[in-house]
Amino acid sequence: MTSAGSPLAGRLSVSSTHFEDRLATRDSTFVKALILTLSLSFFALFVVLPLILVFVEAFRKGGETYIASLTDPDAISAIKLTLLAAAIAVPLNLIFGISAAWAIARFEFRGKQFLITLIDLPFSVSPVVAGLIYVLLFGAHGWFGGWLQANDIKIIFAVPGIVLATIFVTFPFVARELIPLMQSQGREEEEAAIILGASGLQTFWRVTLPNVKWALLYGVILCNARAMGEFGAVSVVSGHIRGETNTMPLHVEILYNEYQFAAAFAVASLLAFLALVTLFLKTYVEWQVERNVAVENDK
Amino acid sequence: MSSASRVLPGFGLSLGFTLAYLSLIVLIPLSAVFFKTATMDFERFWSVVASDRVVASYKLSFGMSLLAAAINVVFGLMLAWAIVRYSFPGKKIVDALVDLPFALPTAVAGISLTALYAPNGWLGQLLEPLGIKIAFGPYGVLVALVFIGLPFVVRTVQPIIEDFDIGFEEAAASLGASRWQTFRRVVFPALLPALLTGFALAFARAVGEYGSVIFIAGNIPFVSEITPLMIITRLEEFDYEGATAIASVMLIVSFILLLVINLLQGWTARSTRRSA
Repeated sequence: MTSAGSPLAGRLSVSSTHFEDRLATRDSTFVKALILTLSLSFFALFVVLPLILVFVEAFRKGGETYIASLTDPDAISAIKLTLLAAAIAVPLNLIFGISAAWAIARFEFRGKQFLITLIDLPFSVSPVVAGLIYVLLFGAHGWFGGWLQANDIKIIFAVPGIVLATIFVTFPFVARELIPLMQSQGREEEEAAIILGASGLQTFWRVTLPNVKWALLYGVILCNARAMGEFGAVSVVSGHIRGETNTMPLHVEILYNEYQFAAAFAVASLLAFLALVTLFLKTYVEWQVERNVAVENDK
Repeated sequence: MSSASRVLPGFGLSLGFTLAYLSLIVLIPLSAVFFKTATMDFERFWSVVASDRVVASYKLSFGMSLLAAAINVVFGLMLAWAIVRYSFPGKKIVDALVDLPFALPTAVAGISLTALYAPNGWLGQLLEPLGIKIAFGPYGVLVALVFIGLPFVVRTVQPIIEDFDIGFEEAAASLGASRWQTFRRVVFPALLPALLTGFALAFARAVGEYGSVIFIAGNIPFVSEITPLMIITRLEEFDYEGATAIASVMLIVSFILLLVINLLQGWTARSTRRSA
Protein backbone atom coordinates (compact mmCIF):
# COMPACT_ATOMS: atom_id res chain seq x y z
CA MET A 1 0.00 0.00 0.00
CA THR A 2 2.50 2.59 1.03
CA SER A 3 4.64 2.00 -2.00
CA ALA A 4 4.75 4.86 -4.43
CA GLY A 5 3.26 4.60 -7.82
CA SER A 6 0.41 3.02 -9.61
CA PRO A 7 0.92 -0.56 -10.68
CA LEU A 8 2.74 -0.88 -13.95
CA ALA A 9 -0.29 -2.37 -15.69
CA GLY A 10 -2.01 -0.17 -18.22
CA ARG A 11 0.30 2.82 -18.12
CA LEU A 12 0.02 4.80 -21.31
CA SER A 13 1.08 8.40 -21.26
CA VAL A 14 -0.45 10.96 -23.58
CA SER A 15 1.69 13.62 -25.19
CA SER A 16 1.21 17.00 -23.53
CA THR A 17 0.78 18.71 -26.91
CA HIS A 18 -2.54 16.89 -26.98
CA PHE A 19 -3.65 19.30 -24.24
CA GLU A 20 -1.70 22.39 -25.22
CA ASP A 21 -3.06 22.44 -28.79
CA ARG A 22 -6.68 22.60 -27.65
CA LEU A 23 -8.26 25.80 -26.50
CA ALA A 24 -10.41 24.10 -23.86
CA THR A 25 -7.53 22.36 -22.10
CA ARG A 26 -4.86 25.01 -22.62
CA ASP A 27 -3.84 26.96 -19.53
CA SER A 28 -2.98 30.63 -19.92
CA THR A 29 0.70 31.44 -20.32
CA PHE A 30 0.72 33.06 -16.89
CA VAL A 31 -0.80 30.04 -15.13
CA LYS A 32 1.52 27.70 -16.96
CA ALA A 33 4.58 29.78 -16.05
CA LEU A 34 3.45 30.01 -12.42
CA ILE A 35 2.81 26.28 -12.01
CA LEU A 36 6.04 25.34 -13.78
CA THR A 37 8.10 27.78 -11.70
CA LEU A 38 6.61 26.70 -8.38
CA SER A 39 6.60 22.98 -8.99
CA LEU A 40 10.04 22.81 -10.61
CA SER A 41 11.66 25.04 -7.95
CA PHE A 42 10.17 22.81 -5.29
CA PHE A 43 11.44 19.77 -7.16
CA ALA A 44 14.95 21.22 -7.56
CA LEU A 45 15.11 22.19 -3.89
CA PHE A 46 13.81 18.94 -2.43
CA VAL A 47 14.94 16.29 -4.91
CA VAL A 48 17.68 17.44 -7.27
CA LEU A 49 19.82 19.40 -4.82
CA PRO A 50 20.13 16.60 -2.21
CA LEU A 51 21.12 14.22 -5.00
CA ILE A 52 23.82 16.53 -6.36
CA LEU A 53 25.12 17.23 -2.87
CA VAL A 54 25.81 13.53 -2.24
CA PHE A 55 28.22 13.36 -5.18
CA VAL A 56 29.84 16.76 -4.49
CA GLU A 57 30.51 15.86 -0.84
CA ALA A 58 31.75 12.40 -1.81
CA PHE A 59 34.51 13.87 -3.99
CA ARG A 60 35.24 16.90 -1.81
CA LYS A 61 38.51 15.46 -0.53
CA GLY A 62 39.54 14.12 -3.90
CA GLY A 63 39.44 10.83 -5.73
CA GLU A 64 42.00 9.17 -3.52
CA THR A 65 39.97 9.59 -0.34
CA TYR A 66 36.95 8.42 -2.29
CA ILE A 67 38.62 5.21 -3.42
CA ALA A 68 40.13 4.66 0.04
CA SER A 69 36.69 5.01 1.67
CA LEU A 70 35.21 2.40 -0.62
CA THR A 71 38.08 -0.09 -0.39
CA ASP A 72 38.31 0.09 3.40
CA PRO A 73 37.82 -3.48 4.75
CA ASP A 74 34.80 -2.40 6.81
CA ALA A 75 33.23 -0.80 3.75
CA ILE A 76 33.83 -3.90 1.67
CA SER A 77 32.32 -6.19 4.28
CA ALA A 78 29.32 -3.81 4.47
CA ILE A 79 28.91 -4.00 0.68
CA LYS A 80 29.13 -7.80 0.82
CA LEU A 81 26.53 -8.06 3.56
CA THR A 82 24.16 -5.72 1.69
CA LEU A 83 24.51 -7.84 -1.45
CA LEU A 84 23.98 -11.04 0.56
CA ALA A 85 20.80 -9.74 2.24
CA ALA A 86 19.38 -8.67 -1.12
CA ALA A 87 20.44 -11.96 -2.75
CA ILE A 88 18.36 -13.88 -0.20
CA ALA A 89 15.42 -11.50 0.28
CA VAL A 90 14.68 -10.74 -3.38
CA PRO A 91 14.39 -14.35 -4.69
CA LEU A 92 12.29 -15.42 -1.69
CA ASN A 93 9.89 -12.51 -2.13
CA LEU A 94 9.84 -13.19 -5.87
CA ILE A 95 8.72 -16.78 -5.30
CA PHE A 96 6.18 -15.56 -2.78
CA GLY A 97 4.91 -12.89 -5.20
CA ILE A 98 4.37 -15.40 -8.00
CA SER A 99 2.70 -17.86 -5.68
CA ALA A 100 0.40 -15.24 -4.15
CA ALA A 101 -0.52 -13.80 -7.55
CA TRP A 102 -1.28 -17.27 -8.92
CA ALA A 103 -3.58 -18.08 -6.00
CA ILE A 104 -5.30 -14.70 -5.94
CA ALA A 105 -5.62 -13.92 -9.65
CA ARG A 106 -6.44 -17.41 -10.92
CA PHE A 107 -8.86 -18.76 -8.30
CA GLU A 108 -11.91 -17.59 -6.38
CA PHE A 109 -11.97 -17.97 -2.63
CA ARG A 110 -13.41 -16.22 0.38
CA GLY A 111 -11.37 -13.54 2.11
CA LYS A 112 -9.34 -12.73 -0.99
CA GLN A 113 -9.55 -8.97 -0.53
CA PHE A 114 -8.50 -9.35 3.09
CA LEU A 115 -5.51 -11.44 2.01
CA ILE A 116 -4.42 -8.71 -0.41
CA THR A 117 -4.61 -6.18 2.42
CA LEU A 118 -2.52 -8.42 4.66
CA ILE A 119 0.15 -8.77 1.96
CA ASP A 120 0.45 -4.97 1.83
CA LEU A 121 0.74 -4.77 5.62
CA PRO A 122 4.56 -4.53 5.85
CA PHE A 123 4.44 -1.25 3.89
CA SER A 124 2.36 0.41 6.58
CA VAL A 125 4.47 -0.77 9.50
CA SER A 126 7.24 1.56 10.66
CA PRO A 127 10.69 0.10 9.84
CA VAL A 128 11.61 0.41 13.52
CA VAL A 129 8.63 -1.76 14.50
CA ALA A 130 9.61 -4.21 11.73
CA GLY A 131 12.99 -4.65 13.40
CA LEU A 132 11.52 -4.79 16.89
CA ILE A 133 9.21 -7.73 16.14
CA TYR A 134 12.17 -9.98 15.36
CA VAL A 135 13.92 -8.88 18.55
CA LEU A 136 10.78 -9.90 20.45
CA LEU A 137 10.87 -13.32 18.80
CA PHE A 138 14.56 -14.13 18.60
CA GLY A 139 16.29 -11.69 20.99
CA ALA A 140 17.92 -12.86 24.23
CA HIS A 141 14.65 -12.24 26.14
CA GLY A 142 12.38 -13.17 23.24
CA TRP A 143 10.01 -16.11 22.74
CA PHE A 144 12.67 -18.33 21.22
CA GLY A 145 15.64 -16.56 22.84
CA GLY A 146 16.33 -19.24 25.45
CA TRP A 147 16.11 -22.10 22.98
CA LEU A 148 18.34 -20.31 20.45
CA GLN A 149 20.92 -19.54 23.12
CA ALA A 150 20.90 -23.16 24.32
CA ASN A 151 21.58 -24.30 20.77
CA ASP A 152 24.12 -21.56 20.15
CA ILE A 153 22.20 -19.99 17.26
CA LYS A 154 22.42 -16.23 16.85
CA ILE A 155 19.74 -14.41 14.88
CA ILE A 156 19.56 -10.98 16.48
CA PHE A 157 22.75 -8.90 16.23
CA ALA A 158 23.78 -11.33 13.50
CA VAL A 159 23.31 -11.85 9.78
CA PRO A 160 20.07 -13.94 9.92
CA GLY A 161 18.29 -11.07 11.72
CA ILE A 162 19.37 -8.63 9.04
CA VAL A 163 18.12 -10.96 6.32
CA LEU A 164 14.77 -11.45 8.10
CA ALA A 165 14.24 -7.71 8.57
CA THR A 166 15.10 -7.15 4.90
CA ILE A 167 12.61 -9.82 3.81
CA PHE A 168 9.91 -8.16 5.93
CA VAL A 169 10.31 -4.64 4.55
CA THR A 170 10.47 -5.84 0.93
CA PHE A 171 7.74 -8.46 1.35
CA PRO A 172 4.92 -6.97 -0.82
CA PHE A 173 6.90 -5.54 -3.77
CA VAL A 174 6.62 -8.35 -6.34
CA ALA A 175 3.16 -9.50 -5.25
CA ARG A 176 1.60 -6.03 -5.55
CA GLU A 177 2.85 -5.67 -9.15
CA LEU A 178 1.76 -9.13 -10.25
CA ILE A 179 -1.66 -9.41 -8.59
CA PRO A 180 -3.45 -6.51 -10.36
CA LEU A 181 -1.85 -7.35 -13.71
CA MET A 182 -2.73 -11.05 -13.59
CA GLN A 183 -6.24 -10.21 -12.39
CA SER A 184 -6.76 -7.89 -15.36
CA GLN A 185 -5.41 -10.47 -17.82
CA GLY A 186 -7.88 -13.14 -16.80
CA ARG A 187 -7.26 -16.87 -16.88
CA GLU A 188 -8.52 -17.82 -20.38
CA GLU A 189 -5.07 -18.21 -21.96
CA GLU A 190 -3.82 -20.52 -19.22
CA GLU A 191 -7.04 -22.53 -19.25
CA ALA A 192 -6.70 -23.00 -22.99
CA ALA A 193 -3.13 -24.25 -22.54
CA ILE A 194 -4.18 -26.77 -19.89
CA ILE A 195 -7.14 -28.02 -21.92
CA LEU A 196 -4.83 -28.47 -24.92
CA GLY A 197 -2.72 -30.77 -22.76
CA ALA A 198 0.08 -28.59 -21.35
CA SER A 199 1.25 -29.37 -17.84
CA GLY A 200 0.95 -26.80 -15.07
CA LEU A 201 4.63 -25.92 -15.22
CA GLN A 202 4.64 -25.71 -19.01
CA THR A 203 1.66 -23.39 -18.85
CA PHE A 204 3.40 -21.22 -16.30
CA TRP A 205 6.68 -20.98 -18.25
CA ARG A 206 5.17 -20.61 -21.74
CA VAL A 207 2.00 -18.62 -21.08
CA THR A 208 1.98 -16.86 -17.71
CA LEU A 209 5.60 -15.79 -17.48
CA PRO A 210 5.85 -14.13 -20.92
CA ASN A 211 2.66 -12.20 -20.11
CA VAL A 212 3.90 -10.83 -16.80
CA LYS A 213 7.66 -10.57 -17.39
CA TRP A 214 7.80 -6.76 -17.32
CA ALA A 215 5.72 -6.44 -14.18
CA LEU A 216 7.84 -9.14 -12.61
CA LEU A 217 11.04 -7.31 -13.49
CA TYR A 218 9.53 -4.04 -12.24
CA GLY A 219 8.68 -5.59 -8.88
CA VAL A 220 12.14 -7.16 -8.59
CA ILE A 221 13.86 -3.81 -9.34
CA LEU A 222 11.87 -2.00 -6.64
CA CYS A 223 12.28 -4.89 -4.20
CA ASN A 224 16.04 -4.92 -4.73
CA ALA A 225 16.39 -1.16 -4.25
CA ARG A 226 14.59 -1.28 -0.93
CA ALA A 227 16.48 -4.41 0.16
CA MET A 228 19.83 -2.72 -0.38
CA GLY A 229 18.78 0.61 1.09
CA GLU A 230 16.83 -0.40 4.18
CA PHE A 231 18.02 1.37 7.30
CA GLY A 232 15.55 1.48 10.21
CA ALA A 233 14.57 -2.19 10.45
CA VAL A 234 18.08 -3.43 9.85
CA SER A 235 19.47 -0.94 12.35
CA VAL A 236 17.34 -2.41 15.15
CA VAL A 237 18.45 -6.02 14.61
CA SER A 238 22.04 -5.39 13.56
CA GLY A 239 23.87 -4.42 16.74
CA HIS A 240 26.23 -2.39 14.50
CA ILE A 241 29.20 -4.75 14.75
CA ARG A 242 31.79 -3.41 12.34
CA GLY A 243 32.94 -5.81 9.67
CA GLU A 244 30.27 -8.29 10.74
CA THR A 245 26.72 -6.95 10.91
CA ASN A 246 27.01 -3.63 9.13
CA THR A 247 25.17 -3.08 5.88
CA MET A 248 26.02 -0.16 3.60
CA PRO A 249 23.36 2.22 5.00
CA LEU A 250 24.49 1.39 8.55
CA HIS A 251 28.11 1.95 7.57
CA VAL A 252 27.12 5.38 6.24
CA GLU A 253 25.57 6.17 9.62
CA ILE A 254 28.65 5.09 11.59
CA LEU A 255 31.04 7.10 9.42
CA TYR A 256 28.75 10.13 9.60
CA ASN A 257 28.48 9.97 13.38
CA GLU A 258 32.28 9.79 13.57
CA TYR A 259 32.46 13.01 11.53
CA GLN A 260 34.14 11.18 8.64
CA PHE A 261 31.89 13.08 6.24
CA ALA A 262 33.85 12.48 3.02
CA ALA A 263 33.91 8.72 3.66
CA ALA A 264 30.24 8.69 4.67
CA PHE A 265 29.25 10.48 1.47
CA ALA A 266 31.53 8.24 -0.60
CA VAL A 267 29.63 5.14 0.54
CA ALA A 268 26.38 7.13 0.24
CA SER A 269 27.26 8.01 -3.35
CA LEU A 270 27.45 4.32 -4.18
CA LEU A 271 23.93 3.89 -2.80
CA ALA A 272 22.75 7.02 -4.65
CA PHE A 273 24.24 5.61 -7.87
CA LEU A 274 22.31 2.42 -7.22
CA ALA A 275 19.13 4.48 -6.82
CA LEU A 276 19.77 6.18 -10.17
CA VAL A 277 20.32 2.81 -11.86
CA THR A 278 17.07 1.64 -10.28
CA LEU A 279 15.18 4.65 -11.66
CA PHE A 280 16.74 4.16 -15.09
CA LEU A 281 15.74 0.49 -15.23
CA LYS A 282 12.29 1.32 -13.91
CA THR A 283 11.78 3.98 -16.60
CA TYR A 284 13.07 1.58 -19.26
CA VAL A 285 10.57 -1.08 -18.20
CA GLU A 286 7.75 1.50 -18.27
CA TRP A 287 8.72 2.48 -21.84
CA GLN A 288 8.73 -1.15 -22.91
CA VAL A 289 5.26 -1.63 -21.47
CA GLU A 290 3.94 1.57 -23.06
CA ARG A 291 5.33 0.44 -26.40
CA ASN A 292 3.69 -2.96 -26.03
CA VAL A 293 0.37 -1.36 -25.10
CA ALA A 294 0.66 0.98 -28.08
CA VAL A 295 1.39 -1.96 -30.42
CA GLU A 296 -1.60 -3.88 -28.98
CA ASN A 297 -3.85 -0.87 -29.56
CA ASP A 298 -2.67 -0.52 -33.16
CA LYS A 299 -3.60 -4.10 -33.99
CA MET B 1 -16.67 -21.85 -7.58
CA SER B 2 -17.30 -25.50 -8.21
CA SER B 3 -14.30 -27.75 -8.58
CA ALA B 4 -15.53 -28.88 -12.02
CA SER B 5 -14.85 -25.45 -13.51
CA ARG B 6 -11.42 -25.26 -11.89
CA VAL B 7 -9.22 -26.08 -14.84
CA LEU B 8 -5.95 -24.59 -13.62
CA PRO B 9 -3.72 -26.57 -11.26
CA GLY B 10 -1.83 -25.43 -8.20
CA PHE B 11 -4.51 -23.76 -6.10
CA GLY B 12 -3.73 -25.65 -2.90
CA LEU B 13 0.01 -25.36 -3.32
CA SER B 14 0.12 -21.65 -4.17
CA LEU B 15 -2.42 -20.57 -1.54
CA GLY B 16 -0.85 -22.83 1.06
CA PHE B 17 2.63 -21.45 0.45
CA THR B 18 1.30 -17.87 0.38
CA LEU B 19 -0.45 -18.27 3.74
CA ALA B 20 2.48 -20.09 5.35
CA TYR B 21 5.05 -17.52 4.21
CA LEU B 22 2.78 -14.61 5.15
CA SER B 23 2.23 -16.08 8.61
CA LEU B 24 5.89 -16.84 9.27
CA ILE B 25 7.35 -13.55 8.06
CA VAL B 26 4.58 -11.06 8.85
CA LEU B 27 1.63 -12.21 10.95
CA ILE B 28 3.28 -14.22 13.72
CA PRO B 29 6.11 -11.72 14.28
CA LEU B 30 3.64 -8.79 14.33
CA SER B 31 1.39 -10.61 16.78
CA ALA B 32 4.37 -10.78 19.17
CA VAL B 33 3.92 -7.04 19.79
CA PHE B 34 0.37 -7.52 21.03
CA PHE B 35 1.12 -10.65 23.05
CA LYS B 36 4.00 -8.90 24.75
CA THR B 37 1.87 -5.81 25.41
CA ALA B 38 -0.90 -7.98 26.84
CA THR B 39 1.45 -9.32 29.51
CA MET B 40 2.05 -5.80 30.84
CA ASP B 41 -0.26 -4.46 33.49
CA PHE B 42 -2.21 -1.46 32.35
CA GLU B 43 -0.60 1.06 34.67
CA ARG B 44 2.86 0.18 33.43
CA PHE B 45 1.63 0.34 29.82
CA TRP B 46 -0.01 3.72 30.37
CA SER B 47 3.00 5.14 32.18
CA VAL B 48 5.07 4.42 29.07
CA VAL B 49 2.74 5.40 26.24
CA ALA B 50 1.38 8.49 28.01
CA SER B 51 4.64 9.77 29.46
CA ASP B 52 5.35 13.42 28.70
CA ARG B 53 8.32 12.74 26.47
CA VAL B 54 6.47 10.14 24.38
CA VAL B 55 3.37 12.35 24.10
CA ALA B 56 5.63 15.17 22.87
CA SER B 57 6.92 12.75 20.22
CA TYR B 58 3.36 11.91 19.08
CA LYS B 59 2.63 15.60 18.69
CA LEU B 60 5.78 16.13 16.63
CA SER B 61 5.38 12.98 14.50
CA PHE B 62 1.70 13.51 13.76
CA GLY B 63 1.89 17.29 13.41
CA MET B 64 4.84 17.29 11.05
CA SER B 65 3.51 14.30 9.08
CA LEU B 66 0.20 16.12 8.52
CA LEU B 67 1.98 19.30 7.51
CA ALA B 68 4.40 17.45 5.21
CA ALA B 69 1.55 15.54 3.54
CA ALA B 70 -0.36 18.81 3.04
CA ILE B 71 2.69 20.45 1.44
CA ASN B 72 3.10 17.39 -0.77
CA VAL B 73 -0.53 17.59 -1.89
CA VAL B 74 -0.10 21.19 -3.04
CA PHE B 75 3.25 20.81 -4.79
CA GLY B 76 2.64 17.21 -5.85
CA LEU B 77 -0.56 18.23 -7.66
CA MET B 78 1.26 21.06 -9.45
CA LEU B 79 4.13 18.76 -10.38
CA ALA B 80 1.83 16.01 -11.65
CA TRP B 81 -0.18 18.58 -13.61
CA ALA B 82 3.01 20.03 -15.15
CA ILE B 83 4.30 16.58 -16.12
CA VAL B 84 1.06 15.51 -17.81
CA ARG B 85 -0.19 18.75 -19.30
CA TYR B 86 2.84 20.87 -20.20
CA SER B 87 5.86 20.28 -22.37
CA PHE B 88 9.12 21.59 -20.96
CA PRO B 89 12.77 20.67 -21.41
CA GLY B 90 13.95 17.81 -19.22
CA LYS B 91 10.44 16.59 -18.57
CA LYS B 92 11.29 12.91 -18.99
CA ILE B 93 14.10 13.27 -16.44
CA VAL B 94 11.85 15.07 -13.96
CA ASP B 95 9.23 12.36 -14.41
CA ALA B 96 11.81 9.63 -13.71
CA LEU B 97 13.40 11.49 -10.78
CA VAL B 98 10.07 11.95 -8.98
CA ASP B 99 10.63 8.45 -7.61
CA LEU B 100 14.08 9.30 -6.26
CA PRO B 101 12.86 9.70 -2.64
CA PHE B 102 11.49 6.21 -3.00
CA ALA B 103 14.65 4.68 -4.51
CA LEU B 104 17.25 6.57 -2.48
CA PRO B 105 18.11 4.82 0.79
CA THR B 106 16.70 6.84 3.67
CA ALA B 107 20.08 7.13 5.43
CA VAL B 108 21.54 8.76 2.31
CA ALA B 109 18.63 11.17 2.12
CA GLY B 110 19.07 11.89 5.80
CA ILE B 111 22.74 12.87 5.71
CA SER B 112 22.31 14.75 2.44
CA LEU B 113 19.38 16.87 3.67
CA THR B 114 21.26 17.50 6.91
CA ALA B 115 24.34 18.72 5.05
CA LEU B 116 22.12 20.88 2.85
CA TYR B 117 20.20 22.58 5.67
CA ALA B 118 22.89 22.66 8.40
CA PRO B 119 23.92 26.21 9.36
CA ASN B 120 27.02 25.91 7.13
CA GLY B 121 25.23 24.02 4.32
CA TRP B 122 24.31 25.26 0.83
CA LEU B 123 20.79 26.24 1.86
CA GLY B 124 21.33 26.54 5.61
CA GLN B 125 23.78 29.42 5.26
CA LEU B 126 21.27 31.35 3.16
CA LEU B 127 18.51 30.80 5.71
CA GLU B 128 20.52 31.42 8.86
CA PRO B 129 20.83 35.24 8.42
CA LEU B 130 17.04 35.28 8.06
CA GLY B 131 16.77 33.62 11.46
CA ILE B 132 15.39 30.40 9.97
CA LYS B 133 16.79 27.25 11.50
CA ILE B 134 15.95 24.05 9.66
CA ALA B 135 18.45 21.32 10.55
CA PHE B 136 18.64 20.01 14.13
CA GLY B 137 15.12 21.08 15.04
CA PRO B 138 11.45 20.34 14.31
CA TYR B 139 11.59 21.93 10.84
CA GLY B 140 14.35 19.52 9.91
CA VAL B 141 11.84 16.73 10.58
CA LEU B 142 9.39 18.50 8.28
CA VAL B 143 11.93 18.81 5.44
CA ALA B 144 12.80 15.10 5.61
CA LEU B 145 9.12 14.09 5.66
CA VAL B 146 8.32 16.34 2.68
CA PHE B 147 11.18 14.69 0.79
CA ILE B 148 10.06 11.10 1.38
CA GLY B 149 6.35 11.83 0.83
CA LEU B 150 6.50 13.54 -2.56
CA PRO B 151 6.29 10.49 -4.87
CA PHE B 152 3.20 9.16 -3.09
CA VAL B 153 1.10 12.18 -4.07
CA VAL B 154 2.52 12.64 -7.58
CA ARG B 155 2.20 8.97 -8.54
CA THR B 156 -1.33 8.70 -7.17
CA VAL B 157 -2.63 11.83 -8.93
CA GLN B 158 -0.66 11.60 -12.19
CA PRO B 159 -2.52 8.61 -13.73
CA ILE B 160 -5.87 10.22 -12.87
CA ILE B 161 -4.87 13.42 -14.69
CA GLU B 162 -3.63 11.31 -17.62
CA ASP B 163 -6.91 9.39 -17.85
CA PHE B 164 -9.15 12.41 -17.32
CA ASP B 165 -11.56 12.73 -20.23
CA ILE B 166 -10.91 16.17 -21.73
CA GLY B 167 -14.41 16.07 -23.18
CA PHE B 168 -15.57 17.32 -19.77
CA GLU B 169 -13.25 20.30 -19.98
CA GLU B 170 -14.35 21.02 -23.55
CA ALA B 171 -18.00 20.79 -22.54
CA ALA B 172 -17.45 23.16 -19.62
CA ALA B 173 -15.57 25.62 -21.85
CA SER B 174 -18.21 25.50 -24.55
CA LEU B 175 -20.88 26.21 -21.94
CA GLY B 176 -19.03 29.38 -21.03
CA ALA B 177 -17.04 28.38 -17.96
CA SER B 178 -13.73 30.12 -17.40
CA ARG B 179 -10.62 27.99 -17.18
CA TRP B 180 -10.51 28.46 -13.40
CA GLN B 181 -14.19 27.57 -13.03
CA THR B 182 -13.62 24.46 -15.12
CA PHE B 183 -10.70 23.43 -12.97
CA ARG B 184 -12.47 24.10 -9.70
CA ARG B 185 -15.85 22.58 -10.59
CA VAL B 186 -14.96 19.87 -13.10
CA VAL B 187 -11.33 18.79 -12.88
CA PHE B 188 -10.61 19.19 -9.18
CA PRO B 189 -13.58 17.10 -7.94
CA ALA B 190 -12.40 14.27 -10.20
CA LEU B 191 -8.89 14.48 -8.73
CA LEU B 192 -10.02 14.79 -5.12
CA PRO B 193 -10.18 11.06 -4.23
CA ALA B 194 -6.67 10.53 -5.62
CA LEU B 195 -5.38 13.61 -3.81
CA LEU B 196 -6.77 12.36 -0.51
CA THR B 197 -5.33 8.90 -1.16
CA GLY B 198 -1.94 10.44 -1.90
CA PHE B 199 -2.23 12.52 1.26
CA ALA B 200 -3.02 9.45 3.35
CA LEU B 201 -0.18 7.42 1.78
CA ALA B 202 2.34 10.21 2.36
CA PHE B 203 1.08 10.67 5.92
CA ALA B 204 1.24 6.95 6.71
CA ARG B 205 4.79 6.73 5.41
CA ALA B 206 5.82 9.88 7.29
CA VAL B 207 4.51 8.71 10.67
CA GLY B 208 6.69 5.60 10.61
CA GLU B 209 9.72 7.13 8.89
CA TYR B 210 13.00 6.80 10.72
CA GLY B 211 16.17 6.81 8.57
CA SER B 212 15.89 10.16 6.85
CA VAL B 213 14.65 11.97 9.95
CA ILE B 214 17.07 11.03 12.73
CA PHE B 215 20.06 12.70 11.09
CA ILE B 216 18.42 16.06 10.50
CA ALA B 217 16.14 16.19 13.57
CA GLY B 218 18.83 16.81 16.18
CA ASN B 219 16.75 14.50 18.43
CA ILE B 220 16.29 16.96 21.30
CA PRO B 221 13.96 15.53 24.00
CA PHE B 222 10.49 17.20 24.00
CA VAL B 223 11.48 19.25 20.91
CA SER B 224 12.53 17.12 17.96
CA GLU B 225 12.18 13.46 18.91
CA ILE B 226 9.94 11.40 16.63
CA THR B 227 7.94 8.43 17.93
CA PRO B 228 9.99 5.70 16.16
CA LEU B 229 13.07 7.15 17.89
CA MET B 230 11.34 6.67 21.27
CA ILE B 231 11.17 2.94 20.48
CA ILE B 232 14.88 2.90 19.63
CA THR B 233 15.71 4.80 22.83
CA ARG B 234 13.85 2.22 24.92
CA LEU B 235 15.58 -0.63 23.09
CA GLU B 236 18.99 0.89 23.75
CA GLU B 237 18.11 0.89 27.45
CA PHE B 238 17.11 -2.80 27.08
CA ASP B 239 13.57 -1.79 28.09
CA TYR B 240 11.84 -4.21 25.70
CA GLU B 241 8.46 -3.79 27.41
CA GLY B 242 8.54 -0.03 26.98
CA ALA B 243 9.62 -0.31 23.34
CA THR B 244 6.84 -2.81 22.67
CA ALA B 245 4.21 -0.64 24.35
CA ILE B 246 5.06 2.31 22.09
CA ALA B 247 5.24 -0.02 19.08
CA SER B 248 1.72 -1.30 19.82
CA VAL B 249 0.41 2.26 19.72
CA MET B 250 2.16 2.84 16.39
CA LEU B 251 0.84 -0.45 14.99
CA ILE B 252 -2.74 0.44 15.88
CA VAL B 253 -2.31 3.79 14.14
CA SER B 254 -0.87 1.94 11.10
CA PHE B 255 -3.86 -0.41 10.98
CA ILE B 256 -6.31 2.49 11.14
CA LEU B 257 -4.44 4.30 8.36
CA LEU B 258 -4.37 1.12 6.27
CA LEU B 259 -8.14 0.87 6.62
CA VAL B 260 -8.65 4.53 5.70
CA ILE B 261 -6.36 4.18 2.67
CA ASN B 262 -8.21 1.07 1.49
CA LEU B 263 -11.51 2.95 1.68
CA LEU B 264 -10.01 5.93 -0.17
CA GLN B 265 -8.54 3.70 -2.88
CA GLY B 266 -11.93 2.06 -3.35
CA TRP B 267 -13.46 5.52 -3.70
CA THR B 268 -10.78 6.53 -6.25
CA ALA B 269 -11.39 3.39 -8.29
CA ARG B 270 -15.16 3.91 -8.28
CA SER B 271 -14.99 7.57 -9.26
CA THR B 272 -12.45 6.81 -12.03
CA ARG B 273 -14.80 4.21 -13.48
CA ARG B 274 -17.67 6.69 -13.35
CA SER B 275 -15.84 9.40 -15.25
CA ALA B 276 -14.30 7.01 -17.78
